[in-house]
Amino acid sequence: MRQPRETPPAFALDTSGYRRRRRIAEMRRAVLGNPNMLAGLIILFVAAMLAIFSPQIAGKDPLALDPFGRLQPPSAENIFGTDQFGRDVFARTVYGSRLSLIVGISVALIAMTFGAVIGVVAGYYRRVDDVVMRIMDGLLAFPSFLLAIALVATLGASLQNVIIAISIVDTPGIVRIVRSSVLSLRERQFVEGAIAVGATPRRILAFHVFPNLVAPLLVQGTFIFAVAILVEAGLSFLGAGVPPYIPSWGNMMGESKIYAQLAVWTLFFPGLFITITVLGVNFIGDGLRDNLDPRLKHGA
Amino acid sequence: MTRYVAQRTLAAIPVLLIVAVIVFSLIHITPGDPATLMAGDQALPEQIDRIKAKLGLDRPLHEQLGIYFLDILRGDLGESVFSRFPVTTLIAQRLEPTLSITALALTLAILLGIPLGVIAAWKANTAIDRLVMVFAVLGFAIPGFWLGFNMIWVFAVKLRWFPASGYVPIAEGVLPWLMSITMPSVAVAFVSAALIARMTRSNMLEVLREDYIRTARAKGLREVAVLLRHALKNASLPIITIIGLSLAGLVSGLVVTETVFAIPGVGRLLVDAVLRRDYPVVQGVILITAGMYVFVNLAVDLTYAYLDPKVRYRE
Repeated sequence: MRQPRETPPAFALDTSGYRRRRRIAEMRRAVLGNPNMLAGLIILFVAAMLAIFSPQIAGKDPLALDPFGRLQPPSAENIFGTDQFGRDVFARTVYGSRLSLIVGISVALIAMTFGAVIGVVAGYYRRVDDVVMRIMDGLLAFPSFLLAIALVATLGASLQNVIIAISIVDTPGIVRIVRSSVLSLRERQFVEGAIAVGATPRRILAFHVFPNLVAPLLVQGTFIFAVAILVEAGLSFLGAGVPPYIPSWGNMMGESKIYAQLAVWTLFFPGLFITITVLGVNFIGDGLRDNLDPRLKHGA
Repeated sequence: MTRYVAQRTLAAIPVLLIVAVIVFSLIHITPGDPATLMAGDQALPEQIDRIKAKLGLDRPLHEQLGIYFLDILRGDLGESVFSRFPVTTLIAQRLEPTLSITALALTLAILLGIPLGVIAAWKANTAIDRLVMVFAVLGFAIPGFWLGFNMIWVFAVKLRWFPASGYVPIAEGVLPWLMSITMPSVAVAFVSAALIARMTRSNMLEVLREDYIRTARAKGLREVAVLLRHALKNASLPIITIIGLSLAGLVSGLVVTETVFAIPGVGRLLVDAVLRRDYPVVQGVILITAGMYVFVNLAVDLTYAYLDPKVRYRE
């Protein structure tokens, strides 16, 4: 039960306005004082705009075939050229942003949720710790891309299964981080204090442990966002990812790979967009880490 | 030391067991019946039953798991549904190109990553440092397969320095072999080099702040000696760990890169098996890779203990 907000005693200073202003100033400094973070936010914003306004920005149908305009180099008409079916590479690249962002965000959210829950349970309840962590060690023993492709192979190639497979691969890393944070948090005095006043485990986890996990979770989630985009691209490139009728940066490159030496633009532009997007998301992750976890400021 | 080695080695066994269980369960998480999927659309019921019987899918689950473990211990990973060859034979046939590229890529990543990291830390917060960090950040963002295609375009199509694709066995001459694996190796090494450079830099920065570095400089030691003999040596432990870990990234990258360069390696074997739903081959390849990776990490841990007595005696 939460305490009703009391009016502050007469001698207390009203600091809420000051604190809010300071927090806004801190955020502004975090963004403007860190050019990489700013660049990352701009890149992600542009990618989001591409995804939301794909039809308006692309100007063409990404699926429209043109048998007479196959493998045309970039021109005023098709600024990124056309592919082996005469489809406009620019339109397909713009639409491809949708898939990458959907996969990235979904995987990050799923992995963060499951990672947090499993990690907290493993870290707080000793009894399940061993079993859970052995399974996580087992999952972490696979090179991640191999496990992802094997999972997609068994689940079947679809957008949903690609998201599930990459989430399964990325969750154990979060579990490990959350668990070790919980292990050190449970020894801290404020948790001991809460236990001493008789707080229930659920209350301790929700109000004392979880708030301290938000920062590391957010940082890891951002990096997973970036990695998921790369893994999806790799899977789709190999033909084991999202089905070919959905334009994705990965399967655009996969479908055009035999024309690589003939029409390099069919591969160059989707790859460039992957690189820039992942770069932007990584910049945000680095910036968040530097701001949320000052201990790591000078670290890797 | 003996005790530590024994402990660490024993600790690897449950991990290997769980790896095997995960690989075993892969075939059972398939929606629908795996035998039907493998047999294809036009299979007769008898054919499906035959595949089922062959894979032992008609037995109870615990029996299947037991048989699977015994088979692994006997070195039998089953046979390909597609080509009928034993999985171990298929992997052995494809091992040479994959191992060649992995070895060259790891060498390149170390030879590039460590010096870059050392220089960046030495010249911390200068233009050189920033340039190295740009390289490191790009390393995490550029998909290896895209890098591969760009390299083919520049170095094979335009400049004609390297063959665009294919693998030449080492038996046909060392130089052609080296030429055929150079571009794929660079393409997969890029991420690892970035990772190693970043790790080396941050560890060097930490060590360079230590008092004994100031002492070494104060007594007039040459800067090279300070950097390499005093700083790098003490920063090397986490770097070794990262090199071990980056091997997983290399292998992951190889699966995709082998397709880019048309290399008939284990990665391509896996991709073909995935596309054909040839489950025994998929299972065999990832089991072997994960198993090897567990051993590499074990070797890294043991090296760590050998180099650092603090690890060895901490119980």
